Amino acid sequence: MSGMDDLYRENILEHYKHPRNQGTLEHPDVSYEDANPLCGDRIRMDLNIRDGRIDAIRFSGHGCSISQAAASMLCESVEGKPLEEVKKIGRDDVLEMLGIELGPVRLKCGLLALKTLKAGVYGMTQWPGEDEDRS
Amino acid sequence: MISGAAASPRTGAAPGFDAHRVREDFPIFRTPRDKPLIYLDSAATSQKPDAVLDAMNRYYAGFNANIHRGIYKIAEEATAAYEDARRKVAAHVKASPREIIFTRNSTEAINLVAYAWGRANVKAGDAILLTEMEHHSNLVPWQILASERQAELRYIPVTGTGELDLDALPRLLADGRVKLVGVVHISNVLGTINPVAEIARLAHEAGAVVLVDASQSVPHCPVDVGALGADFVAFTSHKMLGPTGIGALWGRRTLLEAMPPFLGGGEMIREVKLTGSKWNELPWKFEAGTMAIAEAVGIGAAVDYLQGLGMDAVFAHDRELVALAMERLAEIPQLTILGPPAERRAGVVAFTLADIHPHDIATVLDDDGVCVRAGHHCAMPLHEKLGVPASARASFHCYSVPEEIDALVRGLHRAVKVFAK
Repeated sequence: MSGMDDLYRENILEHYKHPRNQGTLEHPDVSYEDANPLCGDRIRMDLNIRDGRIDAIRFSGHGCSISQAAASMLCESVEGKPLEEVKKIGRDDVLEMLGIELGPVRLKCGLLALKTLKAGVYGMTQWPGEDEDRS
Repeated sequence: MISGAAASPRTGAAPGFDAHRVREDFPIFRTPRDKPLIYLDSAATSQKPDAVLDAMNRYYAGFNANIHRGIYKIAEEATAAYEDARRKVAAHVKASPREIIFTRNSTEAINLVAYAWGRANVKAGDAILLTEMEHHSNLVPWQILASERQAELRYIPVTGTGELDLDALPRLLADGRVKLVGVVHISNVLGTINPVAEIARLAHEAGAVVLVDASQSVPHCPVDVGALGADFVAFTSHKMLGPTGIGALWGRRTLLEAMPPFLGGGEMIREVKLTGSKWNELPWKFEAGTMAIAEAVGIGAAVDYLQGLGMDAVFAHDRELVALAMERLAEIPQLTILGPPAERRAGVVAFTLADIHPHDIATVLDDDGVCVRAGHHCAMPLHEKLGVPASARASFHCYSVPEEIDALVRGLHRAVKVFAK
């Protein structure tokens, strides 16, 4: 069962069952929704930005445990951070937060939250890590 | 015989059919691996028996040559093998070989009709009638044609039990503008067996041509294209124990004769001049370029293998398994089965499990070596209609055994345990 222990680590299930920052903001400065057409996972990110920092962030939507846990972890980690710093978050940072290896299909689940955040805030619409793939 | 008019009730396992014995003919189940392979995704693609792999290998090793042109012996052998495969496929669906066109798959067969027949026959203001349970392969080609021709798309609605609402059909056909009715014989998501013959009768009365997507029926049950009452029937090899890369379109001869070609190139012509060309006769008019010869040999061998088992026996086995699976799945309280009761479906069962995402279900199952499909199974509109973003699906073929359903149920209990909130 080692495979299962790796794929559904306690921290992932913990975030999945008790997500942080889940919900919406009443007057978001940025609200952006994206989906993974492959599996129908859907995430919306609401942000309030003050003095170049993420003052508040909430996510909503539906999807598998990986996509939802990654959204929860990402929101928790970026709240209060300067936008410049958030811009540098990449694929590997998300994988590190999740603490697991992901195959090509589930990788997109794991990265959907980051893609949604970056598209909403910076207008970056590529899948995180696509640049690295090309190099 | 499934003519589409009515599904026979649960027949019980056919005498002499032994799925455990059949399974031994499929090398994938003999390949050593960490845990045994429990393959419940035959609606996506079937596994291949030795007989198919060996036949393709014999072609490549023994008489690999291009067909229809060579004067030498192995070219003649290759041509004979290719045309022999066509005869086998034709016999499998009770058709004339002249009306069997080899394509790449069902999708290409449907596109052939949408382009060659559709462009010649559908004009602005005409309508194309499909159903809400179509696979994307029988939706998108018609959407492309409709937008090109300013034609209208209509849909036969799906009921809460995942069946077609035939009461709506007369109204949808009433204005006489429907030029083609496209319907799936057996739903790849729900396993629903559609009453194709009845639909075809009403469509013909309204002056429409009927295309049947038989991707899930020709591999699993006896199909007689004449009894179906259709004008075009599309199916694919890789779901019927054959290789990928080849499928077939059956078409009514008069329609095929009248249609312009689909792709232009070698073999589909009788005479080429710089000023123009004359088309070859059927079925070669629609087979441009070098075809998938080894794969044709493969589909021929697959048909032989299936006929050896007997399509009645294969279908009885599928339905036996789906009834068993539905019984066992119903024991899991958090589980919801999509679609009709077992007596009105083929060997496919899709379900949702509490609010656990199908990807998570499939990942837990995969950890036990159980392969199921998770997602929308290329039927997004159907899932939208059923009000679920995605589902998990188990599907069977002649090599599937009850022990695999036990493993599925065990895995689902485990998924509930892992993800219970």
